[in-house]
Amino acid sequence: MEAVSLERAESIVAKWKNKKGNLIMILHDVQDAFGYIPEHVARRISRLLDIPLARIYEVLTFYHYFKLNQPGKYKIAVCMGTACYLKGSPEILEELKTILHVEEGATTSDGLFYIECVRCLGCCGLAPVMAVNGTIYGNLKKGDVVDIISRYSKEG
Amino acid sequence: MSEKTVLLQDTTAGSTTGTSDFFGVFKAALRESDLADNVRLVRVADMGVYNQGVVMTILPENITYANVEAHDIKRIIGVTLKHGNPVKDLLYQPKFRQMRLVLKNCGRLDPGSIDDYIAADGYRALLKAVEQKTPDEVIAELKASGLRGRGGGGYSTGLKWQFTREAAGELKYVICNADEGDPGAYMDRSVLEGNPHSVIEGMLLAGYAIGSSQGFFYIRAEYPLAIERVQKALDQARERGLLGNHILGSDFSMDIEIRLGAGAFVCGEETALIASIEGKRGTPVPRPPYPSVRGLWGMPTCINNVETLANVAPILLHGADWFAGIGTQTSKGTKVFALTGKVRNSGLVEVPMGTTLREIVFDIGGGIASGRAFKAVQTGGPSGGVIPEKYLDTPVDYDNLQKLGSIMGSGGMIVMDECDCMVDIAKFYIKFCVDESCGKCAPCRIGGYQILNILEGITQGRGTLQDLDRLILIARAMKMGSLCGLGQTAANPVISTLAYFEDEYREHIVNRRCPARKCRALLEFNIIRHLCKKCGLCARACPEKAITGDREHGYSIDTEKCIHCGVCFDVCKFSAVERI
Repeated sequence: MEAVSLERAESIVAKWKNKKGNLIMILHDVQDAFGYIPEHVARRISRLLDIPLARIYEVLTFYHYFKLNQPGKYKIAVCMGTACYLKGSPEILEELKTILHVEEGATTSDGLFYIECVRCLGCCGLAPVMAVNGTIYGNLKKGDVVDIISRYSKEG
Repeated sequence: MSEKTVLLQDTTAGSTTGTSDFFGVFKAALRESDLADNVRLVRVADMGVYNQGVVMTILPENITYANVEAHDIKRIIGVTLKHGNPVKDLLYQPKFRQMRLVLKNCGRLDPGSIDDYIAADGYRALLKAVEQKTPDEVIAELKASGLRGRGGGGYSTGLKWQFTREAAGELKYVICNADEGDPGAYMDRSVLEGNPHSVIEGMLLAGYAIGSSQGFFYIRAEYPLAIERVQKALDQARERGLLGNHILGSDFSMDIEIRLGAGAFVCGEETALIASIEGKRGTPVPRPPYPSVRGLWGMPTCINNVETLANVAPILLHGADWFAGIGTQTSKGTKVFALTGKVRNSGLVEVPMGTTLREIVFDIGGGIASGRAFKAVQTGGPSGGVIPEKYLDTPVDYDNLQKLGSIMGSGGMIVMDECDCMVDIAKFYIKFCVDESCGKCAPCRIGGYQILNILEGITQGRGTLQDLDRLILIARAMKMGSLCGLGQTAANPVISTLAYFEDEYREHIVNRRCPARKCRALLEFNIIRHLCKKCGLCARACPEKAITGDREHGYSIDTEKCIHCGVCFDVCKFSAVERI
């Protein structure tokens, strides 16, 4: 498993090797491939680019987008933009936490669901909004959450 | 029969509105009527009509229908597509005419087709510039038009270009700032998704004017569709010789690449954005030197916002006088706003500068959706402020909004009604800035945190009147002492809510009451006897077992035990729980 991911990481680095300021784009590609930035991959990138691991870590932790741990199969992003906030997204988040028994930024014990809050999904006209693996659910009411979650849990 | 095009409003949220099915149904109906080859069905992201169900425009007749249902398809095909006549009862009738320059082609063109863009006069401004105008003439035209940056700063675009052109450097860069960070605004996203070529053309014109050969799109990673469409548009432009060496056969060469943001609000600040493109943490550095002198990798760099760039090609095509004829004395052209919140018609609106807030909120937005009273409109996002009812007749432009203690910002416009608590709103924005502060300078890092603590106290019922002075003191220190725009403006929502709604703060502090009934810690809950159906749901849901009683005698809340969580209010199906 590790060997495969390292091979993948090497090809990503090779693609960006000659571009200036490539670190963030490499990290994006790595996260696209694995869903997060595994530590052993970060170590390999550090060697390949010849930059200290600490430099990679400081960039990873500065930007909200990058994840250091593997998220669940279904990533639930609850929009906390102003329009969604006014129209009740805090209640949507509470409902999710109650149904799934998990805090924001964490994954359910079965590895299925991961909850995060995001700044703005850019569909303020549909507020409040949440996204499950990129699929947008808009004009949410608290009662809709259970239906949406059960649809995904059935699929497993 | 002549060729027709049907534009069908489609959003990424199509799945919830049923538009994706509608597309399929319409397609099938066309095939059934043997029209599949004569009618082109195009899905578009945004036609400027909102909360009107499925919307479609039929070209070349330019007939727009709203609230179209599946059973209307037959009539539309029979009457309009076959005979070119309108189906009268389906016609969409807008109440207020918006003026669409930037959004004109968003929704009219297939964003995946460079031919559509070219057919709509696309890249003609670029051709005109490289064939007939010197870079200095292009800059002079922009300066004369009066175009100001649409990202928030409102700096003259022509001047910015001139400084970058005059700065010495072997390489120069153009950056499109598409890191739309204001939570509650999505103008840039819609332009990138709906008409990416218009922004690319603007960047090429900027490159030609300042003498650059390399451009970068800096786009939020949270906008995958925008990234995909811009990438496709760049590839198409490269194929057609509109990017690369010797563009349109001239001596001008330029290429554009995409770099992704990674979820940091501060990266909308230009020096932080540059650090991020360089692959570093997005922390700002003091200005001057401005990026136009020392920017990306130390080279002169011109950074423009998406909407600014989308304005450039039309200006060069129609002339500076045409553009300067729209708007107010100090603010020319149009502005796109993301009108959201409690308003009836949420969505993007584009109006000439100088349109009043009342026209935007009530005529275009249709007023407050719930029928409750209007309270305030917030502009400028976390760096802006609230504007109360009495200033609604102010014409919107950069300077007027600033006078009212808010800013134009990138174009977020959030409408609030009487159920929105101003202290809570201030807390929401300052919390955002605390989370997003990069931590480099103390006024922003520490000041924001202290303000948040004070506001938290006020909403929890622990506030004192001295807190109000303290808020102003810290807010001033942040404004004066912070390194970048984020810190300097972070306290604006606090300052402006205090200026217009001080009574509401006092009510929280003195009477321990939240007039909007939003701050739960200040609410008392009570069960209204005659509405209560004695179902016991609230008693079972109460986490503190503060609700006692039985199904025979009804239930009551023990205010001593109550922790004000509001679960009883939420679960009651008969509105028998009231908040006082």
